[in-house]
Amino acid sequence: MSQWLLLGVNSITLGGLLFLLSAGFSLIFGLMRIPNLTHGSFFMLGAYLGVTFLGLGFDFWLAALLAAAAMAVVGGGIERLLLRRLQGQELAQVLVTLGLSFMIADLCLMLWGGDPIPLDTPPGLGGAMPIASIVFPTYRLVIVAIAVVIAVLLWLMLDRTRLGAMIRAGVDDPAMARVTGIRVSRLFTIVFCLGAAIAGFAGVIGGPILSVYPGLDSDMLPLALIVVILGGTGSLLGALVGSFVIGILYNYGQVLFPELAYIILFLPMLLILLFRPQGLFGSRVP
Amino acid sequence: MAFTLDRRKFLAGTAAAASLPWAPAIAAAPPVRIGLLTVKTGPLAQGGIQMQQGFELFLKHRNSTLAGRKVDLIVADTGGNPAGAKTKAQELIERDQVDVIVGPLAAFELLAITAYVEQHKVPMLSLAAADDMTQRKPNAYFVRASATSSQCMHPLGDYAAKDMKLKRVATISEDFAFGYEQIGGFQEVFEDAGGRVVKKLWPPLVTADFTPYISQFSGIDGVVNGFAGSNPIKFNQQYAELGAKAKYPILGGWTAYDDALLKSFGDDAVGAISASWYSSDLDTPSNKRMVADMVKDYGNIPGGYAAGLYINGMCIEAALQKTDGKTEDKPALIAALRAVSLTDTPRGAFHFDHFGNVVGNVFIRRLERKDGKLTNTIIKTYPDVSQFWTYNEKDYLAKPVYSRDYPPLKS
Repeated sequence: MSQWLLLGVNSITLGGLLFLLSAGFSLIFGLMRIPNLTHGSFFMLGAYLGVTFLGLGFDFWLAALLAAAAMAVVGGGIERLLLRRLQGQELAQVLVTLGLSFMIADLCLMLWGGDPIPLDTPPGLGGAMPIASIVFPTYRLVIVAIAVVIAVLLWLMLDRTRLGAMIRAGVDDPAMARVTGIRVSRLFTIVFCLGAAIAGFAGVIGGPILSVYPGLDSDMLPLALIVVILGGTGSLLGALVGSFVIGILYNYGQVLFPELAYIILFLPMLLILLFRPQGLFGSRVP
Repeated sequence: MAFTLDRRKFLAGTAAAASLPWAPAIAAAPPVRIGLLTVKTGPLAQGGIQMQQGFELFLKHRNSTLAGRKVDLIVADTGGNPAGAKTKAQELIERDQVDVIVGPLAAFELLAITAYVEQHKVPMLSLAAADDMTQRKPNAYFVRASATSSQCMHPLGDYAAKDMKLKRVATISEDFAFGYEQIGGFQEVFEDAGGRVVKKLWPPLVTADFTPYISQFSGIDGVVNGFAGSNPIKFNQQYAELGAKAKYPILGGWTAYDDALLKSFGDDAVGAISASWYSSDLDTPSNKRMVADMVKDYGNIPGGYAAGLYINGMCIEAALQKTDGKTEDKPALIAALRAVSLTDTPRGAFHFDHFGNVVGNVFIRRLERKDGKLTNTIIKTYPDVSQFWTYNEKDYLAKPVYSRDYPPLKS
């Protein structure tokens, strides 16, 4: 009994982490029409930067925010200097992001070495909390809270601000948005900065659970991809629901059907692509 | 892109040699060409870089001269995949004409090149652990001074049953051959000694969160893991965090608690019992020297990858001494390699069996915090451990190789 409860709680906490990972991916995918294959690298590079900031004596949360800021600069740079030049050539853009992911992986290996680096749980959150018949690590619950806060902030931004309205317009119909005077290419830069920043932030936040190691990028990218395909590209609600669905499938699937671990994760993506290609909450076929 | 990495040291060495009166005699013999197949990029790079460090430290200790001949080291990066291993092995053998190959790192790389290397009669010394390389599908030109996947897990099974008095354990390891062979070896000996493996879990190689697996541990008195790479850090962190560590003692193989990982582990891993063919804690003169210089040169306590390559270097040296430095006669060279028997090495005394696999110490260690530092303290040594443990070789080989379902769970 308590095993199932533990899995249930963990489904939610893993969902929270997956949301932090995939929110930015979803926005970029929705607006720019390309799966940004550097997204896993943003997550990993953010985590490594977090390690460095922590090493410099910064507080955990400050380190996470600094990593996010640094990743915003990196993401913006990539969009401005590389992707911008290939505007309209979606295949070329995807290939560039793929190439960049390999380059970032090598760079991280060079700068931080190959040894896995654990991140300590922030002070005060290392313990466990009793929930009914189980005890559950406090920090994982904190991640859910953070995910909820970020989700609300993003939702407010998208739904209530002028910038958000422009982004939504860009996601729905970039050509029409341009005609109405929205500078869509500037939106691209903003969304890329934002996506990279959230991914980098998530890398640090996930550090105490995942640790940081070469290959973290390629471990996380497929998870972001299935979440977003499932939820629908460009849809914040989709990313949120997709994250929790994958969290649940991941936890219960690996216990109930251990031989089918990958099938359980990727089959929903396959089915969605076949029967509802716009995703659960998406408005447009990717 | 095989390239001579050691050019600078090599030039410095030859310049030094040239200033000595007997230099011309040495310069006359061409250098021994050793090809190192390692991994310097991608997720396996951690072990690959340590391999290269271990081998280069060995050459430094010998002034790049083995049995009177200079050594030309050619380092090739396989990228950690079978296709890369094949390409680089071909370059080393056909273009660089190496006398000996050291490496590769991973079993799937080794399996991709074993037939090719044997066909070209190039002796190969690898850490890759695939049991059958020295059992049911042997390669006549292969030498393994580290261990088969199951070689350390046999004694661990013995220790768990007899010394720790564990009765029922669950196992967890990555879903691939190295995991199956480790866990199979543990299960075979543990159950022969009266224990019972009640559950075997195989998370995929890429598993972000082990919670679904850890949640399944109940009704047991211990957990055995066979993780490798960066998974041990993640697993031990989550194992402790979810409160499992407080309930079930954790045991593991050499890759799970390798000494090179000590700097990455936190207190989460303290108390873990592991079985390894190498331990930086071992008090032999050559090990003390190697550990001290690894720390000095690379700032890193050596684990199995670095030590294993250092030991491979010692094997090549001992073999060359027997052949008077000659490498042309490959059958004689491999025979000399397999006849190597050393007493003072970083893993203690060892020799090889007729398959070219090592017979040597296996250490049982406890991970402890001593003077603020994490260390694997040796608590028991199993000497002269063969890949067949105490079983009869013929009976052992008549059984299938350890796999996901062999030995089966007894109900």
